[in-house]
Amino acid sequence: MTNFPSKRKSSGIKQWDHVYTSSVQNAPSHHWLKIFGAGALKGMVVTLKNFVTSYFRKPDQGGIFTVQYPEERYPEIENYRNLPFLVYDGSPDKVRCVACGICERECPPKCIYITMETDVAGKPVRKPAVFDIDYAVCMNCGICEEVCPFDSIFMDHVFEIASPRRIDTGMIRHQEDLLKSSEYLQKIRPKTATMIDEKKRAAEEKKKAVVKPPQGPTV
Amino acid sequence: MTQVENRHPSETLEINFGPQHPSTHGVFRMQMLLDGEKICSLKPVLGYLHRNHEQIAENITYAASMAYTDRLDYLNAMTNNFAYAIAVEKLAGIEVPERAEYIRVIMAELARLVNHITVIGFLLNDMGAFFTPLLYAFREREKILDIFEEVSGSRMMCNYFRFGGVKRDLTTENLTAIMQIVRRFPAFLEEFEALLTKNEILCMRCQNVGILPANLAVNSSITGPVLRASGVNYDIRKVDGYSIYKRFDFRIPLGEKGDVYDRYFVRILEMRESLKILYQALNKIPQGEFLNKKTLPFLKMPRNFKPAVGEAYGRIESPKGELGFYLVSDGTPQPWRYHVRAPSLINLTVLEDICIGQKVADAIIILGSIDIVLGETDR
Amino acid sequence: MNMPPLLRDIEFAVDLSFVNAKGWILDLLSHIVPDWVVVFASIVISGVAILVLGPVIMMYLTLLERKLIGRIQNRYGPNRVGIWGLLQPIADGIKMFTKEDIVPVYADKVIHCLAPIVIVIPALMVFLVVPFGERMTAVNLNIGLLYFIAVSSITTIPIFMGSWGSRNKYSLLGGMRTAAQMISYEVPMTLSVVPVIMMSQSLSTNKIVLSQSGSYDMNWFIFTPWGIVGFIIFFLCAVAECNRPPFDLPEAESEIIAGFHTEYSGMKFALFYMAEYMNAFTLCGIAATLFLGGWQGPFLPSWIWFLGKTFVLICVMIWFRGTFPRFRVDQLMGFAWKFLLPLTLINILVAGLCHFISEKTGWIYSFIIFSISFWVLVRLNRPWMPEKRHYPLAN
Repeated sequence: MTNFPSKRKSSGIKQWDHVYTSSVQNAPSHHWLKIFGAGALKGMVVTLKNFVTSYFRKPDQGGIFTVQYPEERYPEIENYRNLPFLVYDGSPDKVRCVACGICERECPPKCIYITMETDVAGKPVRKPAVFDIDYAVCMNCGICEEVCPFDSIFMDHVFEIASPRRIDTGMIRHQEDLLKSSEYLQKIRPKTATMIDEKKRAAEEKKKAVVKPPQGPTV
Repeated sequence: MTQVENRHPSETLEINFGPQHPSTHGVFRMQMLLDGEKICSLKPVLGYLHRNHEQIAENITYAASMAYTDRLDYLNAMTNNFAYAIAVEKLAGIEVPERAEYIRVIMAELARLVNHITVIGFLLNDMGAFFTPLLYAFREREKILDIFEEVSGSRMMCNYFRFGGVKRDLTTENLTAIMQIVRRFPAFLEEFEALLTKNEILCMRCQNVGILPANLAVNSSITGPVLRASGVNYDIRKVDGYSIYKRFDFRIPLGEKGDVYDRYFVRILEMRESLKILYQALNKIPQGEFLNKKTLPFLKMPRNFKPAVGEAYGRIESPKGELGFYLVSDGTPQPWRYHVRAPSLINLTVLEDICIGQKVADAIIILGSIDIVLGETDR
Repeated sequence: MNMPPLLRDIEFAVDLSFVNAKGWILDLLSHIVPDWVVVFASIVISGVAILVLGPVIMMYLTLLERKLIGRIQNRYGPNRVGIWGLLQPIADGIKMFTKEDIVPVYADKVIHCLAPIVIVIPALMVFLVVPFGERMTAVNLNIGLLYFIAVSSITTIPIFMGSWGSRNKYSLLGGMRTAAQMISYEVPMTLSVVPVIMMSQSLSTNKIVLSQSGSYDMNWFIFTPWGIVGFIIFFLCAVAECNRPPFDLPEAESEIIAGFHTEYSGMKFALFYMAEYMNAFTLCGIAATLFLGGWQGPFLPSWIWFLGKTFVLICVMIWFRGTFPRFRVDQLMGFAWKFLLPLTLINILVAGLCHFISEKTGWIYSFIIFSISFWVLVRLNRPWMPEKRHYPLAN
């Protein structure tokens, strides 16, 4: 049970008590309100009230609720998800992504394209060579973030990505554009980032405690 | 088709309302034959927003379709998610924890509030009120969308429900914020009603316009507020009692004549009932799991989610009517058949019958009162 | 009025400042040019003043409307161009001028292009008889009111020209609606003016204003029983005449896109817009003249009184727009013919009655007559009256 602050206003809850009655009428309750034209005048009073209160009320109490966009901004919400980006630890060459390709497979509109890096001998390395996301196709569902087993792809808060060009819009983002530091993740989504860091630390401690035999790539 | 008595024979005018028209609520087209201002025949033309929804869903995993259901009825993604989640849970036999059920009901009822205020606002816009009711409605809608954004990450394309629960738990702050909305909403409804319900112009425009008789409504399988405005007591929340709706005390408002005014007023009353459900749910919500732990592996690997061979039909009372998902599984990660029973499309079938003989301006508000979203109609 | 002489002098000077300015210019001219040029110059000065005033009023009315409706809807309205958006109308004008002018292929090009020009001319011509202040009527016609009614009703023709010439079905519907609506509302509007003519015994707008002076210049016609009803009817008809909500059927954007100006773009569209707003201004001005005492009023200069009254009425028009949905076409016609028209006729009767009996008994009698006739008319118009409904709450 959640305990709510007990400022139970009489105007709030009691107003739907009458719903428990067996029927509701749309006709006016006061006698003088039955005059033709009274309903329209009542509507005009409502708009006049809103006109007056728009000058001194706060946005959430019936005042102006416009957010003057470029100057004012909506407070950022942590869980807000927009477009995916890749996380690296420390320096951009230490990408968390291992190019396993799960996000590529599970992405519903198929906007991700990954190839694995190979070393000089032609053996695959656990690192993406190409990691492209077509932002124009992405539908911001967040499934890539959910399925990623290595916590390397996350949904960004950036939304001002409009392009002035019609052809070659730059909406296909390559690996170097997508890479952002883990500090950035910590900044935009503190709760998620902290949770992941703790999980990692716990896993490392476990690793130290139990010495495992060396394993090959699991993918 | 009803025959219209033509006392003064004159030349008729064929006119195409839409697909680019300010008040067809998207890319919907009505081919009208007008005699003066009177409608002699009306043919709805659909399909301008067809996006292959069902075919796409048959080629991707069950979990990935959840994000696509947001795009059906884009005004209330939450209820679309709800219906799809119920269908898949039936198919795979997944249990839903108690707290998750409560969260689902809270979100669905908030979505109902959002939908109904928006629809009434747009109805008034169709009627010619210069955006005032619509913007008052949006003022309240924004507050609810803020909640959606906080819990799901997106204002409209929520993608919040998961098989066996929801994506994220509601925090105490979220619950308090929802409670605040529930407490303030009746005052807003009072204001909204003062502006509209008794307005003579609105009464003149809406009363006895577009009457949908109860037998026609039942015969053409109309559902939702449109059906209840015609006086038929049918609400899937009561009939099926899906999720945990049987635990709440609420009533079903019914209309008298089935005209545009009844559809408007039934929606207003339904919002009050939704507030009642919300209030009860917020007070009773228990602590516990928000997601069935057994489904966690499927969340990480959607491709491993392979329901047993079989079929299932899950339905809910969406704000627009009965929204159902019919799924057939053949044991693979993709559904073999995926069908959406879209209330917008089926409610639209009576449009011709109730528009004939009315004026052009009436056809617009009848369409507005039926409440369609083209994303769902054309899929 | 009892005022100190100095104050009165100042008020007089401010009051007549525009008149004096014109006289001063003419004086100056009379030294250097022959007399007939002075007469011509007098006409030109008045004409230019009106030609400048009309569009400027229109431009700032659009801003005022957007601001007020914005506040009604809990938003700011235009506030980006200049401080408080004061340069917004100019920006709009530049946009209109630089837009591509599109003429539909199958349009009747002559009529299509002529309509926006024709609609502006009567809208400007009406300004001639509007008394902006003491001695500030451009042409003091002795049939000013008749001229006003005649000229303002020409507006129907260009609107129908525009709708017919565009060869668009929505335009045609809008044009048909306009013709029906404007002609119907002309009748109660004209009849609601009749009591004013009866009482002031003149058709000249100046004389009508002067007949409303009296103690504190406050003997306005609206303070009489027939005046208040006449004013309400006149104002409603005025709203309908300039196609403003809730009577904006000719351009109902949710039904017939934009009605008669669907196919117009750029400056031609702006001219339609301009005519609409100038008509709104003049109709409010005439309503103020006829019933609210025109430029009469205590203490303040006459033109301030006139503009103040007019802008209050315009704000009410904007308030209507922010509140009401619009009528349907048959209800609109019914409202004019079955409700307003009988009421105006009764109003004329009441005005005659009031003229012959004392003020107090006049108020009582007219209240009784109006309530009975209102009740009877509401009863007779039963099919359109709001119904009482029951909504059962099933379990």
